[in-house]
Amino acid sequence: MELTKKGSSTIFDLGTFERRAHAQRVEHIEEDSIADLPQDLLRNDVPALPEVSELQAVRHYTNLSKKNFSIDGQFYPLGSCTMKYNPRAAHRAASLPGFLNRHPHAPEKVSQGFLGCLYDLQNILKELTGMKGVSLAPMAGAQGEFAGVSMIRAYHEANGDAERREIIVPSAAHGTNPATAVMCGYEVTEVGVGADGDVDVEELKSKVGPQTAGLMMTNPSTCGVFERQITQIADIVHGVGGLLYYDGANLNAILGKVKPGAMGFDVLHMNLHKTFATPHGGGGPGSGPVGVSDRLLPFLPIPIVEKNEAKDEGDWYSWASAENTRQSIGKLSAFSGNSGILLRALAYALLLGEQGMNRVGEFATLNANYLAARLSQSGFELAYPDRRATHEFIITFAKEAKELNVSAMDIAKRLLDYGVHAPTTYFPLMVPECFLIEPTETEDKSELDGFVDAMKAIREEMLNDRDLVCTAPHTLPVRRLDDVKAARELDLSWSAPS
Amino acid sequence: MPYIPHTQSDVESMLETIGVDSVDELFDEIPAGLAEEQPGSLSAGLPELDMLQSMQERASLDEGNICFAGAGCYDHHIPAAVWDIASRGEFMTAYTPYQAEASQGTLQLIYEYQSMMTQLMGMDVSNASVYDGASGLAEAILMAVRSNKTNKSGTVLYAESLNPDYLSVVETIVSSQGIQLEAMAIGEHGTVEIADSSQPEPAAVVIQQPNFFGRLELVDEITNWAHSCGALVIAVVNPTSLGILKAPGFWGDNGVDIACGDGQPLGVPMSSGGPSFGFICCKSKYVRQIPGRVVGRTEDLDGRVGYTLTLQAREQHIRRGKATSNICTNQGLLVTAGTIYMSLMGFQGLKETAIKSHQNCNYLHSRLLQITGVEAMFGGPFFHEFAIRLPIKSADLVDAMADQGILAGVSFTKFDIWRDKYPNALLVAVTEKRTKAEMDKYVDVFTRVLAG
Repeated sequence: MELTKKGSSTIFDLGTFERRAHAQRVEHIEEDSIADLPQDLLRNDVPALPEVSELQAVRHYTNLSKKNFSIDGQFYPLGSCTMKYNPRAAHRAASLPGFLNRHPHAPEKVSQGFLGCLYDLQNILKELTGMKGVSLAPMAGAQGEFAGVSMIRAYHEANGDAERREIIVPSAAHGTNPATAVMCGYEVTEVGVGADGDVDVEELKSKVGPQTAGLMMTNPSTCGVFERQITQIADIVHGVGGLLYYDGANLNAILGKVKPGAMGFDVLHMNLHKTFATPHGGGGPGSGPVGVSDRLLPFLPIPIVEKNEAKDEGDWYSWASAENTRQSIGKLSAFSGNSGILLRALAYALLLGEQGMNRVGEFATLNANYLAARLSQSGFELAYPDRRATHEFIITFAKEAKELNVSAMDIAKRLLDYGVHAPTTYFPLMVPECFLIEPTETEDKSELDGFVDAMKAIREEMLNDRDLVCTAPHTLPVRRLDDVKAARELDLSWSAPS
Repeated sequence: MPYIPHTQSDVESMLETIGVDSVDELFDEIPAGLAEEQPGSLSAGLPELDMLQSMQERASLDEGNICFAGAGCYDHHIPAAVWDIASRGEFMTAYTPYQAEASQGTLQLIYEYQSMMTQLMGMDVSNASVYDGASGLAEAILMAVRSNKTNKSGTVLYAESLNPDYLSVVETIVSSQGIQLEAMAIGEHGTVEIADSSQPEPAAVVIQQPNFFGRLELVDEITNWAHSCGALVIAVVNPTSLGILKAPGFWGDNGVDIACGDGQPLGVPMSSGGPSFGFICCKSKYVRQIPGRVVGRTEDLDGRVGYTLTLQAREQHIRRGKATSNICTNQGLLVTAGTIYMSLMGFQGLKETAIKSHQNCNYLHSRLLQITGVEAMFGGPFFHEFAIRLPIKSADLVDAMADQGILAGVSFTKFDIWRDKYPNALLVAVTEKRTKAEMDKYVDVFTRVLAG
């Protein structure tokens, strides 16, 4: 009992009045050093921040970390999230003192290293996506989407085309797509997805028109299949004067195989924390650079790095001037985005090179198709059995839910007991009781086989000991949590026990 | 093949299981003509050693400048333990904690972070963070306009003393939402003069403390005035300054409605300004309008304490087009660092950091003002940053001092709105990290540069 209680202590519970990590004291403070500040602007309460020793803090957070699943610790086949290995070398490179200690306003003459890195990354991303220009400014995928749709809007406005009020998204789209369109001042029109996972082209034809500003889609789609009619879709949208937005969430599937530019997309964002293996950090930081075709170049978000050949000798890198970015949609962060993440992405690109990049899509696809085949052969139901899997695929437990009264969520929770992070559940929304599974290219065959074994074992449990599955997990720091209580009796911060 | 573990025999047996002859066959649904051979224009992959050497070569070009620049990003000491712990793979390589039972580490940490931020800000509620301070302000403005049930004008007043980089970002993000941004002018002391009645009644008022010039605004008066106009008050604050300055929850008679800012000073390296984290705190009554992730404490089936993402009905993956924001991520890893930082510093450490920064700043300021031709831009006290007017263009001084290994500050010419008005103005920040020797060296180099 005591053990349980101790295990769930917060950092605040560990504290004692006037204890502190003494090594962090700041010395040589003079008596009257804030005497010049007006008394009524000073703080006179004492906020309850932790009062712990350094060891207490280190031990507390080390122990908390052990309560996490992570890529470093577990297979993490979370669909649409690309949980691949995050090379330590990229972290090391971005943590070099010259990069880590660079102030964002440091003048260009002492920033040639950093600016050169951004310039190279801009070019690598342009090359890989087949776009004409790239801005590294967006700090996450959703901000990349915001930048992309803002550029679509700016383009139409620059053309005096103010009637375009709608953005079309497929019903299977990520929730960010419609949310972004609304943030950019658009109305959202949904277009259906057929039984084969492809967009319903006839419905699309009936929904486009002079009101269409653009269409947002991922390819491969969130159904885990390649949208085969992409060229036709691009023609339909372009035919009415709309633009095509590529949500790069699934870029890992086609890296080195197809360029979004070749598919007719006018603008895209990439998720460097997925495709370029930068760490997810427990929910961020991300990084969502945008790429554009010729006609959107003037609208790219700032800052952008330029190279001026031979100023005296050698290359000189500089921020694009205000004069050259007059039509830009503007800034998205106080400085230049998630710079440290950009450096990690560059390091990753340097490690992989051209050939390594091409292999990403191949092996991500091989792993997904292998896992899909093995699960299917083991009796699990694929949502799109007649289609090739891309880098991810969907299985549905509709049958199990009906016959055994076991939900996809139950199975997900039981997988945790087997030491595997659950795949994405209940997404896309139109496939009932589903898992979206993305193994990524960095997992080896035995890890995939282990996943199949776990799934088979869980199915046995569903048949023989249903409760074991429905009340899972059993081996984690906590059992299933009461989400309703969390939302109804909001407890969002610690307060001292009364 | 870097980071791809497959042997040839793995590949063969996997293809056999799938029932295809080659990996290429797996791409046969891609229409012909799209999947053409890629032109080989990227360089060949490098071994780890070579990559690190090449990156080191570049990093060394930017290395070794003593930092007196601020303007939203500050060079504070970071306790060694902060990143040793934050860099643990269990924190660094986990995803957003959707599977709560397998993410209790991240979830409890965010709950503790929320608790620390509400304490520091004197506010009721904190979210799990947003991208950075500037985009956080944009989100706070959208939130305030949504939340103000009586004033639907969409007019937002901001102090002209707001960080101009923040203003630029706000303009980008709120421009499509029918919001009008109007400036409140600053007076000769570099602080806000409360607007006269000719201005439209605002839905929200934005005040930065300390302001962009490092000066201290009369936050009590402004807060009370804004509330009397029916506006919500948004505070933009530097967390370090709250070691000594009044927390926004205590401004005026009732405190502000939303407090936001950038968490970089709390254990996050400057790293060219990112990644950092933005924080947003608010009064309880606005909790359902706050954007981004929020973690709540609850119980498991056995009644044990546990933590989970909550109030998700506000978010894009549930609400889609009706969400409070399109934001998905917080800045989890940086919040991890910030939380460990606050635990190690405690309020006492934060207070000492704030006082020492202020003390250093006063020292450098007074020494610089003794130099002929150097003037204070504004009278009155500042926190750890000040603006001075030089007898030469400030951008030239920054360039010249950079040659001597000193980042002298930030020239006002970096900012469109101040470029023409203040070509000789320089913003200088001094943290607790700067030694007397470094400050004296600054003065020496500065004097020599001015002497030509």
